[in-house]
Amino acid sequence: MTELAWIDLALTSARPQAMGALLRYFRNLDLAEEAFQEACLRALKTWPDKGPPRDPAAWLIFVGRNSGIDQVRKRAKHQPLPPEEVLSDLEDTESDLVDRLDGAHYRDDILRLLFVCCHPDLPATQQIALALRIVSGLSVRQIAKAFLVSEAAMEQRITRAKAKVAAAGIPFETPDAVARAERLGVVAAMIYLVFNEGYSAGMPEKADTPFCAEAIRLARLLLKLFPSEPEIMGLTALILIQHSRLDARFDKDGQIVLLEDQDRTLWDRALIDEALVLIDKAIRHRTPGAFQIQAAIAALHARAATAAETDWLQIDLLYQTLERLQPSPVVRLNRAVAVSKREGPEAALALIEPLAEKLNGYFYFHGLRGGLLKQLGRYREAHEAFDRAIALATTSAEAAHIRQHLDSLQREMASAEK
Amino acid sequence: MLYAVLCYDDENEVNAWSKDLDDRVMADLGAVNQRYAEAGKLGPVARLMPTTAAVTVRKGATDDIIMDGPFAETKEQFLGFFVLDVETLEEAITFARELSAVNPANGTYEVRPLQFFNPGVPIT
Repeated sequence: MTELAWIDLALTSARPQAMGALLRYFRNLDLAEEAFQEACLRALKTWPDKGPPRDPAAWLIFVGRNSGIDQVRKRAKHQPLPPEEVLSDLEDTESDLVDRLDGAHYRDDILRLLFVCCHPDLPATQQIALALRIVSGLSVRQIAKAFLVSEAAMEQRITRAKAKVAAAGIPFETPDAVARAERLGVVAAMIYLVFNEGYSAGMPEKADTPFCAEAIRLARLLLKLFPSEPEIMGLTALILIQHSRLDARFDKDGQIVLLEDQDRTLWDRALIDEALVLIDKAIRHRTPGAFQIQAAIAALHARAATAAETDWLQIDLLYQTLERLQPSPVVRLNRAVAVSKREGPEAALALIEPLAEKLNGYFYFHGLRGGLLKQLGRYREAHEAFDRAIALATTSAEAAHIRQHLDSLQREMASAEK
Repeated sequence: MLYAVLCYDDENEVNAWSKDLDDRVMADLGAVNQRYAEAGKLGPVARLMPTTAAVTVRKGATDDIIMDGPFAETKEQFLGFFVLDVETLEEAITFARELSAVNPANGTYEVRPLQFFNPGVPIT
């Protein structure tokens, strides 16, 4: 590994801890970010000569805090002095700092940093953008590209999100158990959004979107902070299994390969095994939740050596449980796939027809509906559904996949007419 | 003399490795292993899963306490390990509890799944 690559890695992995601590000191996101940037610049200057510090996060916090204080003092010469509470813990000595890093501060700092990004006033896309910028340290360009907007628009979106967070006030009180559970749920949902943003990006864009790996890193980090939360185990297991199929999900030409057609030897067994252990751990708590159930469904696919061996009965039952816990048309749509395998396309179609209004703008609804209609020989209707799906496709791989369906539909229609 | 060589590192940093980098490191380590295996000197090699996959079995006043997460105290030292091949986490926990039951010391058993295992060559 080159020196620069090593330093980059150390800065990336220390970022959540260092940013979390700097946010606690400065109580201001911009100031914390500037201080961290400054510390990173100094790390790039001094680490190559002096070698790596024993604890990179502690080094970055110490240097970042000092440079941040300098900044505040410089500005104070031009502006009225900021109120005392703008800064906190200024009396810390270095040894004191090291003590703190070993303690529970890490956990509270990182958690606060994640929670701040999930402020309820922020729409989901801004939460994702803010978390990837602030916690993960992705560039605005990388984030903008994944969201298919210009860099300037994304910059503006992030600036607005930060302003909203600042105006709302950053919560520095320690949450009680109920508030903490609520916040954990919100953070978990945000991490899953980050993952899905990367997962749905499609092959051509895949190489440039580190969102999935980033989501896994954040989920593991959260699980380390809250080792006994079964839903965080479920979340981590779910995205590990989904990510394990990365190499099998697209063919050489970048076309989508459906789960049932994937080469299962390409699945990453190490990720699947880790997920299965996490599910075992979660089950011990006997408090089921949406992420655990979705992880269990993904695990049933992962355990089947071939598509034909898939336990569709269990999957159907798990989807029914999920529907009770979290009723949603998308959950029903997924359940319909299991129903079509067990009872045939007619039963599945009956299950999803009532969703037509709610899911009219949803690509997968029309894709699945078209597939079921095709199986039933209702070609004209299938054609219409596939046309609708193509119109709603957001990636070229999605559109190409539906086009394949249309081609095979044409062939079936032609042979039916003979 | 048989030696165990234990690997310690910052897990957060290893978790931040890209898959390519991880694969490369494993290949490089594998090449060193290979030389020693060919000389008949290398026994089992294992890489553990992240600590988030661990549970810890500890003696309680009335019953064993099973906690999520790795063994985290620094007062005790790492004394030995077992490699077990079972289907479920429950079986692994049961094994750890049996060990704990016959061990007069108040030690702790961490149950951590293996991510990578190479049985190596027979050594004496």
